[in-house]
This record gives sequence, structure tokens and C-alpha cells, in this order.
Amino acid sequence: MSTATTPDEALPDEEVQPRPPWWQRFVTGSSTWIGLILVGLILVFSTLEYDSFVSASNARNVATDAAVLLVLAVGMTFVIVTAGIDLSVGAVLVFSGVISARLMNAVGGNDWGTILIGLAGALGAGLAWGTLNGFLIAKAKIPALIVTLGTLGMALGGALLITGGVDEREVPFKLIDTIGIGRVFDQIPYLVIIAFTVAIVFGVVLAATRFGRNTYAIGSNEEAARRAGINVDRHLVKVYALAGTLSGLAGFMNLARFGTTTIGGHNTDNLQAIAAVVIGGTSLFGGVGTVLGSVFGVFIPAVLQNGFVITGVQPFWQQVAVGAVLIGAVYLDQLRRRSQHQR
Amino acid sequence: MRALRGANFSVLPGEVVALVGDNGAGKSTLVKTLAGVHRPDSGEILFEGRSVQIGSPLEARALGIETVYQDLALAADLDPAANLFMGREVLRGGLIGKLGFLNNSEMHRRAAEAFTSLGIGLQDSTAPVATMSGGQRQGVAVSRAVTWASKVVFMDEPTAALGVVQTRHVLDLIRSVREQGLSVVLISHNMPEVFEVADRIEVLRLGERVAQLKRQDVTMEDVVGAMTGAIKQEA
Repeated sequence: MSTATTPDEALPDEEVQPRPPWWQRFVTGSSTWIGLILVGLILVFSTLEYDSFVSASNARNVATDAAVLLVLAVGMTFVIVTAGIDLSVGAVLVFSGVISARLMNAVGGNDWGTILIGLAGALGAGLAWGTLNGFLIAKAKIPALIVTLGTLGMALGGALLITGGVDEREVPFKLIDTIGIGRVFDQIPYLVIIAFTVAIVFGVVLAATRFGRNTYAIGSNEEAARRAGINVDRHLVKVYALAGTLSGLAGFMNLARFGTTTIGGHNTDNLQAIAAVVIGGTSLFGGVGTVLGSVFGVFIPAVLQNGFVITGVQPFWQQVAVGAVLIGAVYLDQLRRRSQHQR
Repeated sequence: MRALRGANFSVLPGEVVALVGDNGAGKSTLVKTLAGVHRPDSGEILFEGRSVQIGSPLEARALGIETVYQDLALAADLDPAANLFMGREVLRGGLIGKLGFLNNSEMHRRAAEAFTSLGIGLQDSTAPVATMSGGQRQGVAVSRAVTWASKVVFMDEPTAALGVVQTRHVLDLIRSVREQGLSVVLISHNMPEVFEVADRIEVLRLGERVAQLKRQDVTMEDVVGAMTGAIKQEA
């Protein structure tokens, strides 16, 4: 409510300001500050341990470690922008990896055909879980927290049932040798290329397309989006299906990297992805956020971890530091919202 | 719960008709039904003489009906242009448009035109609507409805959140909308306001229409009497 509005703001002759150029919007964007924090961290560690921190191989290590989480975080960004949440991403990652490994072993062989079948299986499994999430949330109107907590248990339990609790250790060697540990020009790992391609493509989708605009509109005011004629239910199904499919892709990348399904190793992936997205400036209340911010949010914990190891700080401090950054990021979002609502 | 019980309501082309009634009379429910948000259990909607079904906001839009909701229905995190084009985004031409890419500069240009022509002053057209004053938000919501309507604009309590100057502005806006040949349905509690802009007044009480009045024939006391049940014109 505005009771103290000044008379001049409604004067008819006032001109509407033109849209500022893209670089101004970039400089004033919320993700820019998170990016500066990341740059600051890199500078600090570079000053402390130049020789071991600033090297192509170290950058490669950090990026490879972050690649799988980055793919999860991209899907999570869309979900959180709609004011939703997806706790099932880590479990869907594991389930998709299991399906993919089983499929490839069933087909047999060590060629690209087998690998493509494995990829299709992983993406299909992720899509199926994501679509199930979306239908239960959008059509059955069950809260996203509960739906995805349920599918977390179902996907992880399903993976354990299929494997009998023992990791699938055989995957085509060609997969590990190329996507898993291979590098483009002997420099950039394929995993990093895939992760950044996903981030760029879906970053552009969120920022510049109608699909992205509807995602923001629904997260900002679902009822208004509905009244504006946006098919909110169908859009939410698509968003959760996207998050599921990207979890499937992450499962495939994980399989390629480690050569095993790592069933027990992803219990906190969901929380890490949520933390990265929130650190990156996406609001848990929806309507605000960028994929670029989430990229920064993935790399801040990764750089902290790596920097602490290199500088000889106990790496356990990384968890403490990331926790503090997370709380700080949400506090900043609250401050921003409070200052807006005081108007 | 039955909010409307055989409510009748009519709008003529190019007029401002006020829909008045006490709290809980069913004004907002009636508007939401005609805007396609709620589905009526029974009854008939005649639009330009023919019977129509308005099952969704999209169908209402297709008929040229737009609504300024009481809560404004704005996406507070988006800028005014994005709100003006919500659900009707302008895409780029060619292949890139087929992929769903937005033409933001065109939407900003057309939004700026709409705001300027309706006299809505915005210091920064790229700031989220959440950072704007109540008057500016109202202006964005009214501009959206007026920009897209070709027949009827419903306005549910459009001045409830506004100061004196902005209220004056919205009333001027209502008149200019009528001059463009559109019909305006004004839902309001504020009798002086109703008497200032409305050509006709329809009174709703407990989900039924109890009176249809011409502004020049009645006094505020008559209207208040019909609202409270002291005077009953229709059975």
C-alpha cells in the first residue's frame, strides 16, 4: 500500500525511461556480486599459493569435480525460480546411472552405439521421474517438498532393488576413456564441455525465451500467470521434467567419470545443488534468479574446497564456510524483499 | 458455497457501468465469472447478442474482455513491460522466433508507448514492479487491460490502494477508455467516485441484482438504500 505517494510520480507528461544497455543491466545484476566473490576467492588463493593453485591442471580438477553438480544446479535453478524445490535430483542421478549401466551391459559391446543407448536410457529414466514429479505437483497439487522427498526414496530404493545394493561396476571402457577422462585438444575435459554447454543453453533459455519468461512469471505470481492465460500446470510439468532429464544426464556423466554407479555417494547432491542455486542469487520464494548465478554458486564451494586443500587449511572448514555463505545469501535475499515491500 | 444466486448483469457498448454492492454481495465473484476465472454452475452469457461460454481467461480475452483484478495480478519480480505482455510475449522474427526467443526491445518500446499515452509515469521501466508505488502498479495493471481489451474492461476496486492524485488519474483513465469506444465495468464502494464517472449503476445484494439505475435519475441515498436492502427495485 502506498499512502505517502508524491504527486509528481503520476504526472501525465513524464517520459518513460528507455531500457538501459545490456552491460549496465549486467553490472547491476544480482549475480554479478556473487561472481565478484568468486573472483575474490580465486585471487586470495592465488596470492597464497600461486604455483600450485594457478595452473591448468588445478583449474581442470576444480572444473571436473564441479561438472556433475553444475548440470544438477541448472535444472534446480528452473525449479527454484518457479518457487518449487526438487529433493530427488541425487536419487534420480543414481537411478539413471543404474539404468544406463544395465542397458549398456545388456546390449554389450564397446562402441558408440552402445554408449548412445546408455545415454538414452539415462535421459529417459530422468525424464520419467521428472515428469512424475511434475504431474504430482502441478495436477495433484501435492507440495513439491513432499513429492520430491517421496520420489527421492522411490528412485534410490528402486536403484537398490535393481542392483541388489551392489554397485554396477562394468561399463564400456570406451565411455570412460572418452567422455569420462578424455579431453578436447588434450586440455579441456569432455565432462566440463558438456556441463558448460548445458549451462549456456539453458541459461539462454531462461533469460531470453518465452519458456524462461513464463518460468519467472509463475514463480513470481502463479495466480497472475494463470489469469494471463499461461498454462501453469503444463509449464510446471515441463520444468520438473527438465530437472529430471538433467539429473539423468548428470547420472550418465557420473557413470562415465567413475566407471561405477556410486549408489551410496549422492545423498547430499540435492542439498548441494540447492545451496549452489541459492548462493547464486536465486530466491527460494521464486521469480528471481539466473543460471549464471548458479554457475558461480557451484564454483564457490568447489574453489573453497580446492583452495583449502592447497593452502593446508583443514578441508573440513569448507563445509563451515559454504554453510555461512548460504545463510548470508538467503539473508541478502530477505533484505532485498523487505526493502521492496516497504514501498 | 453459493456466492451468486441468479445474478443478472448487463453492459452496453461504450458506457461506464458501476457495479456496486456491500461486502460479500458477490461483485468480485461475478467479475471473475465473466472473466473466465470461475465457471458458473448455470446461466447464460450473451455477448453481442449471441450466447457464449467463457471457460477460461483465454476465452474471455478472445472476446475482447480484460480485467484489472483487485490484487492487480502482477508478477512483482518482473518489469512493467514483461507484465504488460505476460502471456502474450512478442517473439523475434524468423527461425530464432520459432525457437521462442523474446523480442524485448519491441515489448519495451510498445510498453513505453502505452504508459506514456495513458499518462503513467515510471522512473525506471526496467525495475521490478515490486519496487514501484501503489499508484504506479495500478497504472501498469490498468494499462495492460486497456492495451489488450477491444470490448469490455472490468476494473475491480481500481482506486482502493490509491492516494488522491492517483485516484483522479484512474478516473480520467476510465473516461478516456470509454471515449475509445470500450465499455468499462467499475466495481467500487466509493459513491462519489461512482457518481463521477458512471453512466449507469447496477446494484448487487446477497448475490442478486436488486436495482438498475441511471446516474442522472438517482441520488447516492437511493443507491445506498438498494445496497442495504432498504429499497428493492427488482424481485
